[in-house]
Amino acid sequence: MTSTIDAPRSPYTRSTKKSSINWEKWGWIYMRVSGVVLVVLIFGHLFVNLMIGEGVSALNFAFVAGKLTNPFWMVWDVIMLWLALIHGGNGMRTLVNDYATSRISRGILKVAILVSVVSLITLGTLVVFTFDPCPAGAPADLVASFCKTL
Amino acid sequence: MSNATIDQKPVVPEEIKSFTVTLIVRRFNPEVDEEPHWQDFDVQLYPTDRVLDALHKIKWEQDGSLTFRRSCAHGICGSDAMRINGRNRLACKTLMKDLDVTKPIYVEAIKGLPLEKDLIVDMEPFFASFKEVQPFLMNSVTPVKGKERIQTVAQRARFDDTTKCILCAACTSSCPVFWTDGQYFGPAAIVNAHRFIFDSRDENAAVRLDILNDKEGVWRCRTTFNCTDACPRGIQVTQAIAEVKQAIMRGKA
Ligand code: HEM
Ligand code: SF4
Ligand code: FES
Repeated sequence: MTSTIDAPRSPYTRSTKKSSINWEKWGWIYMRVSGVVLVVLIFGHLFVNLMIGEGVSALNFAFVAGKLTNPFWMVWDVIMLWLALIHGGNGMRTLVNDYATSRISRGILKVAILVSVVSLITLGTLVVFTFDPCPAGAPADLVASFCKTL
Repeated sequence: MSNATIDQKPVVPEEIKSFTVTLIVRRFNPEVDEEPHWQDFDVQLYPTDRVLDALHKIKWEQDGSLTFRRSCAHGICGSDAMRINGRNRLACKTLMKDLDVTKPIYVEAIKGLPLEKDLIVDMEPFFASFKEVQPFLMNSVTPVKGKERIQTVAQRARFDDTTKCILCAACTSSCPVFWTDGQYFGPAAIVNAHRFIFDSRDENAAVRLDILNDKEGVWRCRTTFNCTDACPRGIQVTQAIAEVKQAIMRGKA
């Protein structure tokens, strides 16, 4: 890089500190990459749940429980969960940067977004990998009727 | 043949009728007004008249205090960008025949820049962003034989579109991201950076790409296309921004 002008950004600089990683650029790329993958994941998810076979009437506890025993759908759901929540959280961060005017409201809203994204990802991941529709030793009247047949 | 013309009626050009147009102008006088307010004016105009002519008629015949900028009156100087019926246009390039004159025409100052008086805004923040991208040729090598820097037709065509900018601010002041906090560089600054980033004679593309790879740089663009719609020079503004984004990701022009 040949620079004919010294310290190009010094006279009008907007942000005084510049970190080595450009988060805005990676955020922008992430939104597009995750968007492309989410199109497949979300529409595949909707298609399988709502259209195939008996359609929407097939949806019940057993249907979901069945899907969550299949490693294919576990991986599908977890990828969808992580991608969509980070995508949505980053999108909301953009909106907060646009519309929250004071530093305090920005800070509060962004922390709230971060907390909800992290807790939803944690909870969701936990459910997908530890879900057991028929916990051993549970009273029969509290669990699904199909547990008897297992 | 010569006889036939005798009986014909002389050709009278069709009379072009004038009509009354109502303009509703957003007025603001900082010396007396707390808030801007709308005021309507009836003006007699021809289809070939422009919004600028209507404003002139108001200023010269009805209310001399109406304040707006204009210089060339022919779409060259970029001083009369304003919001006409909710869209950013040059008053000197907006013809009556292209507007629905059965309804009033709303005219107000461009948005997002500080309103000074009537249709005049403070353009300094706009020009500050423009200056920040270093919109001038930077080259450390003396041109061959002390003459010009040679460029192929294709090299010149690469950035031709963005050379047309007249810095009217129609694009930047139509951008909803710019409206939110005015910190975004804005389409016009990026267009003028693009003009030099893709110029084969310029050596400092990397510096400008670094400037625009900022929190308030190209990544704030949300591809709304308002800027492309607003540009009176027909510049593909959104495409220029996208090309700068691509160049930043590639790391070179
Ligand atoms: C169907 C798949 C999806 C695709 C292709 C997609 C694509 C995109 C893209 C490209 C952006 C960036 C827009 C820009 O910066 O101009 C975006 C923004 C956003 N997305 Fe998605 N998205 C999808 C699903 C979702 C889901 C499931 C959520 C919610 C969890 C979501 C929430 C958001 C939010 C809040 C924004 C920010 C809006 C804004 O910047 O104005 N998206 N999306
Ligand atoms: S890009 Fe078009 S709309 Fe924007 S300042 Fe230049 S001429 Fe005006
Ligand atoms: S008066 Fe010069 S561009 Fe309209």
